[in-house]
Amino acid sequence: MQRYSGFGLVKHALRHHEGWQRQWRNPTPKPRYDVIIVGGGGHGLATAYYLAKEHGITNVAVVEKGWLGGGNTARNTTIVRSNYLWDESAALYEHAMKHWEGLSQELNYNVMFSQRGVLNLGHTLQDMRDIQRRVNANRLNGIDGEVLDAEGVQSLVPIMDCSKRARYPVMGASWQPRAGVARHDAVAWGYARAADALGVDLLQNTEVTGFKIRDGQIQGVHTNRGDIEAKTVGCVTAGNSSVMAGMAGLNLPLESHPLQALVSEPLKPVLDTVVMSNHVHGYINQSDKGDLVIGAGIDGYNGYGQRGSYPTVEHTLQAIVEMFPIFSRVRMNRQWGGIVDTCPDACPILSKTKIKGLYFNCGWGTGGFKATPGSGHVFAASLAKGEMHPIAAPFSIDRFHSGALIDEHGAAGVAH
Amino acid sequence: MFHIYCPYCEELREEEEFHPKGQAHIARPEEPDTCSDEEWGDYLFFRDNPRGIHHEMWLHAVGCRKFFNITRNTVSYEILETYKMGEQPTITAEHLAREEKNAREEKTNNAQVAEGGQQTVGASDAAVASVKGAQA
Repeated sequence: MQRYSGFGLVKHALRHHEGWQRQWRNPTPKPRYDVIIVGGGGHGLATAYYLAKEHGITNVAVVEKGWLGGGNTARNTTIVRSNYLWDESAALYEHAMKHWEGLSQELNYNVMFSQRGVLNLGHTLQDMRDIQRRVNANRLNGIDGEVLDAEGVQSLVPIMDCSKRARYPVMGASWQPRAGVARHDAVAWGYARAADALGVDLLQNTEVTGFKIRDGQIQGVHTNRGDIEAKTVGCVTAGNSSVMAGMAGLNLPLESHPLQALVSEPLKPVLDTVVMSNHVHGYINQSDKGDLVIGAGIDGYNGYGQRGSYPTVEHTLQAIVEMFPIFSRVRMNRQWGGIVDTCPDACPILSKTKIKGLYFNCGWGTGGFKATPGSGHVFAASLAKGEMHPIAAPFSIDRFHSGALIDEHGAAGVAH
Repeated sequence: MFHIYCPYCEELREEEEFHPKGQAHIARPEEPDTCSDEEWGDYLFFRDNPRGIHHEMWLHAVGCRKFFNITRNTVSYEILETYKMGEQPTITAEHLAREEKNAREEKTNNAQVAEGGQQTVGASDAAVASVKGAQA
């Protein structure tokens, strides 16, 4: 692998940038691998990378029906935070946060992780009580957090309407300074390049059409480029997970919904943190390029169409303009939708299945991006050892029958 | 934007008047106390999530405030029918699969004709070759 550095950039500039290598190979599928990862998004690529790096399992294929990082990895609003309420999810997202903090160096790829802080606004007394409870829980779990009053919020974000005149006045917020944003595409590309360098085969345009199962043990996958064998298969297919599970005769407690996001025309720097509000229902940050990146809730109906409805966009922008009257005449540049697989308790599923060797990593719903490194790390450990990693164990699919749900509707809420 | 026909109001109304309420036709177990954890969990949490035909409940929230059912395609988002609570859908995935199969059979017949056409092309190629051979 060609290492990237400032010196290298100068060297290549002097050679008119003609010496750059491709970031990863485009191999033909081998007939057999030790592990197959279905789905070449951030989580799948991270899983493959950690399998190779931490567990020495390099005979791995990532099977992707489209191109790498072309699904929800390319469509999210890039927010990274770990201020979840319950111990189980706090452990999972904080595990990811710790990886984020060294990720650019580890991958030798600038993922543009910017710890600019995240505000979760409270607009009612109950909001403030919930925020206080969540921040206290976070601090007990070693996660940074502060409760701010309206003045504190105003001093962090001078352009926000924190006055009493607002229809839903801002009463305060929770503030996680270590949270922030990362460059979504770079995360997928960085993991892809690093995994490829360790020998992982990234098979793009390879669609899984079925699973090979014999005597309750996974044997491999059928694809449009022929059958590929493996005794361990990890399925990391986000919105399509129910369809994949159906191919294996399994049922998952997921519903796939469209989730929309939009970006404005580029503006001069105006917002240097991330602002989210569960109550008026919207979240916003400004990218390094200057666009306002805006998102909100899912469309309520099931859908696989990768597009959403206008009423949802309208509702989102109402919330943004409510918080930031200054943005009322900003023009929006692009709008798109991704398909998120939501779970009844707003927590992911990292689990074995009744088919031996077949694992699922799904159900991240609206907030999977922030967990990419942590999810990949614990899922890789689970695939390598055949036992779920202690951080992943509470997220077993069994919880929907045992009743041990992890209700994160509060922390996941709208604020993804 | 959906344009939804409410079977109670008997009018087409805009999507914003309605709320989607999830999968339709889920029967509550008659004896919840005798359910196993498996059955009760399935009833509470496990839903159909098809890529295609989906039967779902909607609420006409700012209209008649009644629940009704919609058969909808989750990929094209096309609404195929709406019907009242207690009624059964007339359009189902099986029903459409059958129609598609019939259409495919018809297409296969057409394709055979096309193959016949191709044979003619083959023949003309052979003819060209023989002409070339004659020239050589």
